[in-house]
Amino acid sequence: MVRLRTIGIFLCLSMLMAWLPARWADAEEAAKPEATAAAPAAQAPAPKLPPYFTATSPDPKAAMWPDQTGANSGAWATPAGDAKGDVPEKLSLQDVYDRMAHNMFSINYVWALIAGFLVMFMQAGFMMVETGLCRAKNSSHTAAMNMMIYPLGGIAFFIYGFALGWGNWWNGPVPPGWYPSLGPGLSLLNGGIGLGAVTDAAGAATGAFKYGLMGTTGWFLNGAVGDTGVLVLFFFMMVFMDTTATIPTGAMAERWSWKNFCLFGLWVALPYCLYANWVWGGGWLAQGGINWGLGHGAVDFAGSGVVHAMGGIIALAGAMIIGPRIGKYDAHGRPQAMPGHSVPMVVTGTFVLAFGWFGFNPGSTLAGTDLRISYVVVNTMLASFTGALFSMLALWAKGLKPDSTMMCNGMLAGLVAITAPCAFVDPWAAALIGAVAGVLVVYSVFFFENRGIDDPVGAISVHGVNGIWGVLSVGIFATGAYGAGWNGVVRDEFVKLYGSDGVRGLLYGDVSQFFMQAIDAGVVAIFGFAMAYAWFKVSDLITPLRVSKETEIEGLDGPEMGVLGYPDFQLHPSTSPGYAAMSPVAGSSMAMQAAKKVVLE
Amino acid sequence: MKHIEAIIKPFKLDEVKEALMKVGIQGMTITEVKGFGRQKGHTELYRGAEYSVDFLPKVKLQILVPDEKASQVVDTILQTARTGKIGDGKIFVTSAEEVIRIRTGEKGADAI
Repeated sequence: MVRLRTIGIFLCLSMLMAWLPARWADAEEAAKPEATAAAPAAQAPAPKLPPYFTATSPDPKAAMWPDQTGANSGAWATPAGDAKGDVPEKLSLQDVYDRMAHNMFSINYVWALIAGFLVMFMQAGFMMVETGLCRAKNSSHTAAMNMMIYPLGGIAFFIYGFALGWGNWWNGPVPPGWYPSLGPGLSLLNGGIGLGAVTDAAGAATGAFKYGLMGTTGWFLNGAVGDTGVLVLFFFMMVFMDTTATIPTGAMAERWSWKNFCLFGLWVALPYCLYANWVWGGGWLAQGGINWGLGHGAVDFAGSGVVHAMGGIIALAGAMIIGPRIGKYDAHGRPQAMPGHSVPMVVTGTFVLAFGWFGFNPGSTLAGTDLRISYVVVNTMLASFTGALFSMLALWAKGLKPDSTMMCNGMLAGLVAITAPCAFVDPWAAALIGAVAGVLVVYSVFFFENRGIDDPVGAISVHGVNGIWGVLSVGIFATGAYGAGWNGVVRDEFVKLYGSDGVRGLLYGDVSQFFMQAIDAGVVAIFGFAMAYAWFKVSDLITPLRVSKETEIEGLDGPEMGVLGYPDFQLHPSTSPGYAAMSPVAGSSMAMQAAKKVVLE
Repeated sequence: MKHIEAIIKPFKLDEVKEALMKVGIQGMTITEVKGFGRQKGHTELYRGAEYSVDFLPKVKLQILVPDEKASQVVDTILQTARTGKIGDGKIFVTSAEEVIRIRTGEKGADAI
């Protein structure tokens, strides 16, 4: 993520330094250009770069950004934005280059948007997996949670999430000579809060921070950031957040009160966007490479940590506080099976998710012109193969049958784990990361279940545990072939040794990257859990977290939603597993009530 | 007249029906039912946890026959529904006091 395209030869460092904080560049090199930048620009002998690469308007009084049409990102050939027509012999080399650059921005826009569409559709996959794994009497409620988290979370992201997470994008340690793949408008996202304000040579604050904590521009996507490039970023990051937001609905399904869920939907952007800021928005974890010399800082390509671990950790806190479903544990505390009502729906949902992942991971280049996307796609696919396969083998090794729902969890676990390392590892490593995830998810599901944490769909294990495994795996398997200058880190000793300083795991010679990944994993686990734990406790005081016992036994569809998932089917609560664990007297009378209700409705 | 009720394994239904039609049965009523016998259901696994299925699905046939035909029908069901494994079901034979065809009002043997 936060992938910026390098154009090395086209860019002149000194021009950049006129507007980028000095600390973005290698400190030694930066010192001299910084001094000249303070002087009139005319003295600089550097070649003149097009404004769409430097984000500096030729006329300081007429700012070219925010740009509401994209007209300032090169020249659109039909009709030509520079009014020079399309007659080749009339065009100068610069005119041709402007058209080419515009075309490149276009490819990046379209790529990021289409990938975002796929990610948005993953919402349908989550709905199917979670609903299929729930009992029929809660199907309407579970499906509705997965549906409404999309607008609820999206509104919160629009109001404050985007500003918190990406409002200080340009605080990010940008590698020397890089520019944003979505155009110069992203430089508008440059206001935030942090520790250690960076000053330029004249002693004036540049707006950047040594330790970025959060962004503060872009509330309600106001006019100050009304730029075509910013809106692409907004859309792409919005659909990513929905994935995080919808993960806890699975772990807390079949007992979560609707009103409390609605509050959650408006809150979840807070922890998500703060942590996303630290890793993707130029915050202190991304700056770990520059500040502490730990690899390239926290590296999380498409969000094993930012998206999945955060969702899984929130799910863990939620499932712990809300408690197990009635009947999940018998009198001796032994877990009881509560089979989901539609396995084919679970499998269909798994395929929808796996398909959406082909937007999630390769789209995170934010650049269709970044040809590494083929590696990302193949690595993503391989990890999903081995995740499913090794979950099956793990089940066999435990003497169990190849449970269809667990193999679905296995495939998703492989996908979650490869999300952070997908761009940095070789295919064999991707397969291995997925295989570990497939085994891990099986043991993790039983681990949590045996400790009294009831997670109907395995969300904690799939997203939380394997999200953390994905973050760590970058620090092990990253080859160094990709990600040169990532997070602004270019170390001379690595350039001397390997020719470039790509993201490199401990197997390839950079142990410090692994330490940084471990710090990142620890931060998401502790921060996510603390925020979620406090939230669920507090929101429970506003409106109860859990539905009443009667509602839970009857099924949430009728009492909570007013609409049954399957009104034409006669449900038999008294024969459904787990029900027997109720006291026989209460159980039978409830059964009769529930049956009557169903008949009446 | 005899009222024969047979509870059989669902997958045996077609075979039993064909055999009964060959011996001249005019009609039957079937119901999908659930129940248990001496085995008290069985256990299944879901995501690693065992759960007991207390009531197993069966099919119940109801057939009305003249007294003289009852033993032939029972024998036919016995031969076709049997697998030799537990859970093959049961046959109940009771005397029917009266039978009436609703459309015509016919009674007794004429109504079968």
